[in-house]
Amino acid sequence: MVMSENAAGLLSIGVLVAALALIHAPLGDYIARVVTARSHSRVERALYRAGGVHPDAEQSPRAYALSVLGFAAAGIAVLMALQIGQGLLPLDRDLPGVPFWMAFNTAVSFVTNTNWQPYAGESTMGFAVQMTGLAVQNFVSAAVGIAVAIALIRGFTRERHGSLGNFWVDVVRITVRVLLPLAFLAALVLLAGGVVQTFTDTAFTGLSGHRQVLTGGPVASQEAIKQLGTNGGGFFNANSAHPFENPTGFTNLFQIFLLLLIPVALTRTLGSLLGDRRHGYAVLGAMTILWAVSLAVTTWAEVAGHSQVARAAGAAMEGKEARFGEWVSALFAVGTTGTSTGAVNASHDSLTPAGGGAVLVNMMLGEIAPGGVGSGVYGILIMAILTVFVAGLMVGRTPELLGKKIGARQMTYVALYLLATPVLVLTGTAAAIARDSTLDALGNPGGHGFSEVLYAYASAANNNGSAFGGLTVTSDFFQITLAGAMLLGRLIPIVLVLLLAGSLARQGRVPSTAGTLPTHTPLFAGMLVGVIVIMTGLTYVPALALGPIAEALA
Amino acid sequence: MTTTSPSPTAPTTQEAGPGGVSGRLILAQTVEQLPAALRKLNPRHLWRSPVMFLVWLGSAATTIAALAQPSLFTAAIAVWLWLTVVFGNLAEAVAEGRGKAQAATLRAARTDTPARRLGPDGGETSVAAAELARDDLVVVEAGEVIPGDGDVVDGVASVDESAITGESAPVIREAGGDRSAVTGGTRVLSDRIVVRITAAAGETFLDRMIGLVEGASRRRTPNEIALSILLTSLTLVFLIAVATLAPMADYSGAPQDVVVLIALLVCLIPTTIGALLSAIGIAGMDRLVRVNVLAMSGRAVEAAGDVSTLLLDKTGTITFGNRQAVRLLPATGIEESRLIDAARTASLADQTPEGRSVVELTERLGAPATPAADETRFVEFTAQTRMSGADLPDGTQVRKGAGTAVSTWLGAPLPDEIAQLVEEVSRSGGTPLVIAVRQTDDASATGVALGVIHLKDVVKPGTRERFGQLRAMGIRTVMVTGDNAVTARAIAEEAGVDDVLAEATPEDKMTYIRREQEGGHLVAMTGDGTNDAPALAAADVGVAMNTGTAAAKEAGNMVDLDSDPTKLIDIVEIGKQLLITRGALTTFSIANDIAKYFAIIPAMFVAAYPSLDRINVMGLATPQSAILSAVIFNALVIIALIPVALRGVRFRAASATSILRRNLAVFGLGGVVVPFAGIKLLDLIVSSIPGIG
Repeated sequence: MVMSENAAGLLSIGVLVAALALIHAPLGDYIARVVTARSHSRVERALYRAGGVHPDAEQSPRAYALSVLGFAAAGIAVLMALQIGQGLLPLDRDLPGVPFWMAFNTAVSFVTNTNWQPYAGESTMGFAVQMTGLAVQNFVSAAVGIAVAIALIRGFTRERHGSLGNFWVDVVRITVRVLLPLAFLAALVLLAGGVVQTFTDTAFTGLSGHRQVLTGGPVASQEAIKQLGTNGGGFFNANSAHPFENPTGFTNLFQIFLLLLIPVALTRTLGSLLGDRRHGYAVLGAMTILWAVSLAVTTWAEVAGHSQVARAAGAAMEGKEARFGEWVSALFAVGTTGTSTGAVNASHDSLTPAGGGAVLVNMMLGEIAPGGVGSGVYGILIMAILTVFVAGLMVGRTPELLGKKIGARQMTYVALYLLATPVLVLTGTAAAIARDSTLDALGNPGGHGFSEVLYAYASAANNNGSAFGGLTVTSDFFQITLAGAMLLGRLIPIVLVLLLAGSLARQGRVPSTAGTLPTHTPLFAGMLVGVIVIMTGLTYVPALALGPIAEALA
Repeated sequence: MTTTSPSPTAPTTQEAGPGGVSGRLILAQTVEQLPAALRKLNPRHLWRSPVMFLVWLGSAATTIAALAQPSLFTAAIAVWLWLTVVFGNLAEAVAEGRGKAQAATLRAARTDTPARRLGPDGGETSVAAAELARDDLVVVEAGEVIPGDGDVVDGVASVDESAITGESAPVIREAGGDRSAVTGGTRVLSDRIVVRITAAAGETFLDRMIGLVEGASRRRTPNEIALSILLTSLTLVFLIAVATLAPMADYSGAPQDVVVLIALLVCLIPTTIGALLSAIGIAGMDRLVRVNVLAMSGRAVEAAGDVSTLLLDKTGTITFGNRQAVRLLPATGIEESRLIDAARTASLADQTPEGRSVVELTERLGAPATPAADETRFVEFTAQTRMSGADLPDGTQVRKGAGTAVSTWLGAPLPDEIAQLVEEVSRSGGTPLVIAVRQTDDASATGVALGVIHLKDVVKPGTRERFGQLRAMGIRTVMVTGDNAVTARAIAEEAGVDDVLAEATPEDKMTYIRREQEGGHLVAMTGDGTNDAPALAAADVGVAMNTGTAAAKEAGNMVDLDSDPTKLIDIVEIGKQLLITRGALTTFSIANDIAKYFAIIPAMFVAAYPSLDRINVMGLATPQSAILSAVIFNALVIIALIPVALRGVRFRAASATSILRRNLAVFGLGGVVVPFAGIKLLDLIVSSIPGIG
């Protein structure tokens, strides 16, 4: 007996949630132990010696931020060199060097954990670039995000302290002790599930009698970290819709699990490090509400197929993989946009207007449902500060979060953080849409075409990396402005978060009393959701009205 | 002498209860302050509030547009945008106006009577009060006004301080000790004093008070600054959202008129809180003034909301300050009536509060309220005998006093039973007085200890409940007393305080404050003596009693003109109320935007995307009426909320969670719902205007 689509869809969601519920706690606690451990392993010592780092020396917020910036700059330079000069590398599959601005865009994209891909993987990047360049950044850009989140948490846990830890130690430990072992295990599971791992192509004669060459590659190993690190950059152009990247329903669900795993686990890490597990749960609760509502809207839109074309065809299946169906495509789309992953197993351009709008809003929320690795936690903590600032006054105290006062200095950092991404998304979209040449790059006219542009800048500035599709982004204008959006959308918030963390760490702690606004209750989680939704809505509704809203209501 | 009505110059509450203001009064003040609000249209004045400055710019731009291309719609938008600015100014002007009225009455006290300056040779010269310098000595006699702040260095006088405090009962000021401070502008009623001037003209307490109530010396508080930063960044977000909307609208085939974009922008930026923010702050200070407390800075008021430890003086705050007789404990074999009788006799002439309370107690217990027999000779308390009492005509001597004193008088140790009663009373925190009698005509007869009077510090009624409420608000109360630990603990138990600082010296207070602050607590305390000054300065909220020394007043950041230590609790509540009002109106302001989007977005784009009419859930008549209604609502809501800003959101002592729940429901949910109804209602009116509807 074949299970109905709806039952299978619900079962998939149930299995996913159960698996995350089971694993996030031990993993989160493990990450907390890793970042607080005192000893260094032999491998780590060797790395510190090689890099000239004193692993037990702590860094000031300024030094920590400069390390992040320096590391990013170096990463971009190396990645660009690898791409442009890939002809000189082994395993280049005779591919030419990547053009300058595309190389720049791609380098920025992978360093910023965005993994926006203006190129087709199989026909642009050789194995060497994929393995030594892109995959390396998949690990370390994820580690940077987690390190920054940990630094912010230290801001809350430390008292009258001038430093935030050591960036190099944090990145090395997270990579060596967390990401590498997890990615290794995940790759094995993916291999077992049928994802390819090879250096050769497969040639065969198809049913039509034509000879075809199917590009292979070391896919499974890349695929694991692509999802685990909420990177999303596909080995192949079709990303997780490609049967070599994502062959079966099992690998599909497993990939969704992987991309949600660390963001969810980090809420546990937050609770553990704060010694306030319930605050971690409140944060996770808020994330879950946003995720669940988004999933409900998207699934409803896709399954009910609210567009005329879809109704005519019997289902909204255009642009989606028949292997996965509407339910799981919606689940994947919501997971990948809610986590800043940006991997796709369906064309988001082909989602129904409401579904496409929902995943777009997911990114506009600021990637916090549950967000990218690290960036989800620091993003939602920023929103939590905003929440206590507005609502906290209503209990008759000057605002505080987790025992730290939110004064003018803290509010300045938060205010700039809140400004950064909307400015990039809206000015980018406005600048692009005002150009005549953009009209030729659009895949569709009218509201849908507008959505394509808005989606591109929302994806870049929020470091998601998924593409709506349709829009041709290979012009220098798009390469440069989107790279700018990715770079600024990543680094400005990180620098502000680190400065904020520093100002929090320097403070003493205000003890919690009955007069303190509790930040571990369902009421707080609800307020947090309300503030996030209202802030996002107020910022983006005018733009959304001209795209997805107008389309969805038609 | 304490029952006359408050003097006309007194800044006391003549309106709706303590610190309250009636709605009608606010309305009257609002009308009265219109000219002031119009004067504030000068953009230089608005520069401080970026939100309102942007509205000003929008109004100016819309006016130019209306002049260039006159249309009813554009003109109406221009008018209402200007009104938005005016209404914002009005809120501030009304708040300031209330202070100005008080300042005027205070100024009247600052007369220019000539001061009688004492020269080094003892000769007097007459100089203007404004010419007095620090350390000048001046003579003030009955009927004269004290020319400046200072300390009495010679003499004692009764002084009418009603000009400052509103309290018409005169107070005694004398050289030396903690009652030596006098305030310029107050009047000597009797006797002659010599005052050393401690504040130069222009820097006196009265001058500072005038500056404070006028708001002239008002600086923005830390939280106000932080909130302004948030409001500015929200304004920038909306500015960018609206500015980028222009090219997006062009692409969508729905190019927008600049007037419409400005209208959208003004509706979205947090004008409500932007307009009311400074009025809320001024009104908070004003509410303190109305309970006769002067805060030297807005920062102190804000800190009051954050206070989590209250140091309360036992005497006067927790207890009435006098011990009172509460029980009579007869020894075995002694009839109660005999003890009552003896206690009464021994206390009839005792005019101390303790003595009077013994008489009252005996009367409550049934003793007839008859005066003493004629030839009774009363024995007053002396430091030597440490007893008081009476010698009756029949030769009976009655004495009451501490156990040891009575035992000496009796010439024998107290019986075990009495000693035990004494011990018992002491342990419970009370003060035992032993009553004994002796016959004079029988020298050999030993006297008899009849029993024990239990004197007790009486805790003010309602204290326990009040402290319970404070605890629910997360505030610890600490009782400070000079009593010994046993007594202190017993009273603390009864009053329900959280901690006790017994046998407290000023240094102990200081140490306690430091310890609390190191733990992250904010501490409030009251004090009056010079030796309280360091602790007052260290406390986050230090309330000096107006009767206190100049040093104490200088060290604290608030002065209580009534010198009532229980005020501390009111101060904390006013601080909390100020913060709540700020948060509630911010929430309301932001929540309002949701409805405005539902009004304006379909209005702007329905021509290009007819489907957007489906989000016109309010069914507004035309795009123009929708936009105009939103703008009018946005302006009117400022006026509507002026009373809330001035009076403050209702505050009741409760836990943070329950306060939050209530305010979220009223101002969060209300902020979402109210504008839907308001804009719809305005649209019904506006759409009937030809040319817009």
